[in-house]
Amino acid sequence: MRAMTRVYWRLLGAGFRRQSTYRLAALGGLVANTTFGLLKVAVLFATVRAAGGDVAGYDLGRMSTYIWLSQALLGSINLSGRTDIAERIKDGQVAVDFLRPLDVQAAEVTTAVGGALFALIPRGIPMLAIGGFVGMALPASPAAYPLSALSLLLGIVISVAAAYLVGVAGFWLVETRGPQICYMVVSGFLAGLFVPIQLFPRWLELTAQATPFPSMMMYPIDILAGRVGPAGALTLLAVQLAWLAAVGGLGQALTRAGRRHLEVQGG
Amino acid sequence: MIFLRRSGGPRPGVTDELALRVRLRPYRAVLASRARSQASYRANFALDLVSSFLAALVELAEVWVLFHAVTRLGGLEFHQILLVFGLADLAFSLADLAVGHCDNLPTYLRAGTLDVFYLRPQPLLLQLATSDITLRRLARASVGLVALIAGLAVNDIAWGVGAVALLVVALASGCATFAAMFVWAGALQFFLIDGAEMTNAFVYGGRYAATQPASVWSRPLKAVFGFFFPMAFAGFLPTLRLLDLPAPAWLPTWLGWCGPLAALWAWAMALLCWHWGVRHYRGGGG
Repeated sequence: MRAMTRVYWRLLGAGFRRQSTYRLAALGGLVANTTFGLLKVAVLFATVRAAGGDVAGYDLGRMSTYIWLSQALLGSINLSGRTDIAERIKDGQVAVDFLRPLDVQAAEVTTAVGGALFALIPRGIPMLAIGGFVGMALPASPAAYPLSALSLLLGIVISVAAAYLVGVAGFWLVETRGPQICYMVVSGFLAGLFVPIQLFPRWLELTAQATPFPSMMMYPIDILAGRVGPAGALTLLAVQLAWLAAVGGLGQALTRAGRRHLEVQGG
Repeated sequence: MIFLRRSGGPRPGVTDELALRVRLRPYRAVLASRARSQASYRANFALDLVSSFLAALVELAEVWVLFHAVTRLGGLEFHQILLVFGLADLAFSLADLAVGHCDNLPTYLRAGTLDVFYLRPQPLLLQLATSDITLRRLARASVGLVALIAGLAVNDIAWGVGAVALLVVALASGCATFAAMFVWAGALQFFLIDGAEMTNAFVYGGRYAATQPASVWSRPLKAVFGFFFPMAFAGFLPTLRLLDLPAPAWLPTWLGWCGPLAALWAWAMALLCWHWGVRHYRGGGG
């Protein structure tokens, strides 16, 4: 058991280090995320002002927290549906993964989470610094900080585990580019990337809540922006845990079924 | 190819026409083969069309949900922003269809496959632009087109030669401006390589900006996306002019006619950067 934990710990570290080599890419992401952040500030602040200072529980301070935290998480939350496993299924390398004494799903998810955690440093901290500089609302109760950190971690893991589902669809489809692009389009919108889902019309908000996407980004932000109190935060964490179990369990089942279905071409 | 050109007929007008057609033939052949190749994988192509359509629809929905939360934003109502969105998104989609694959340049640069383009006796940029045509982007153009038509139908427009001319000028120059953005971004890839994401700030950020009411922007944003990357000229400024709406600070309505100037500026910057980039390129060592 301890040996197994160490292996996954190493995988987490490897994912972390792999990300750390792409410095220029991180700088590029920083420039793009800041620009999008400033455009979001312009249009969303105007929306709050047009609504008379409060729209669906967001005043200017909370909207600022929403904007800069969502920009900070962009490098860490997988909303694109792109995964390494999709490539390895396509070219057959996944057969080698199945020979290793590791769970294929757990190894893939752990490595990706390692990369996502690293991305918080070059892509997350600068966005939060901008947010802190221009002013963000922070929660009143100190309990919200550990709760939002936990929620954030859950959000990252759920996003990675859900993207893994798109990848393993490749056991049956081989080429998963089409589903991946559909996933990317829908996930960003329903996760509340450009507009918080509470601003949606009621039916659309309920639709979003019926998917795992708000658990990836919206709920951690709701907790840290103080839009929900400690009791609300615990409810959101429970919802996240349920989605993690659902997405993780489905991934495990699909991996097993895919393994039986897998045909690798060539010798 | 050169032989064919020289063996044209004796009459000068016919020779010119023939020479042009012969010169364009390789580009036409490449584009036709690209179009055929995409349509041949039917299921994948259908899914590509669907996702492309969905992407544009979600972009429209992002604008719509804001106007669902409040009725007026930046002095515009939803039926007015529909016109801004329609003009800007249609122009962007058409530019994306034509030259959007300039986005693939970092892949060519890293793999060293760009060297092949250098070997052919045709201009590099023209080869790259005509190396592909992504038909699925027609689906995303359809959303912009429908938004534009709906916008024209529901707004009270004083129709006349002026209004039609304004629309044509805005759409054509918007297309040219977005195409220039793609080329500009491509040119910077020669320097950035791994930092390809940086140019997304003004290509895709520009598209996002172009569909917003520019009146909500802060002064620095007006300077950047109003003038340096002239995004307000694609949808917002022509709409102000067409509907005769009050002008925000820094953006007088007569600028609605200045789309061609914006396109010229964007192309001048794009070509300048492109020449720098091509000179900077050292080859993939293949």
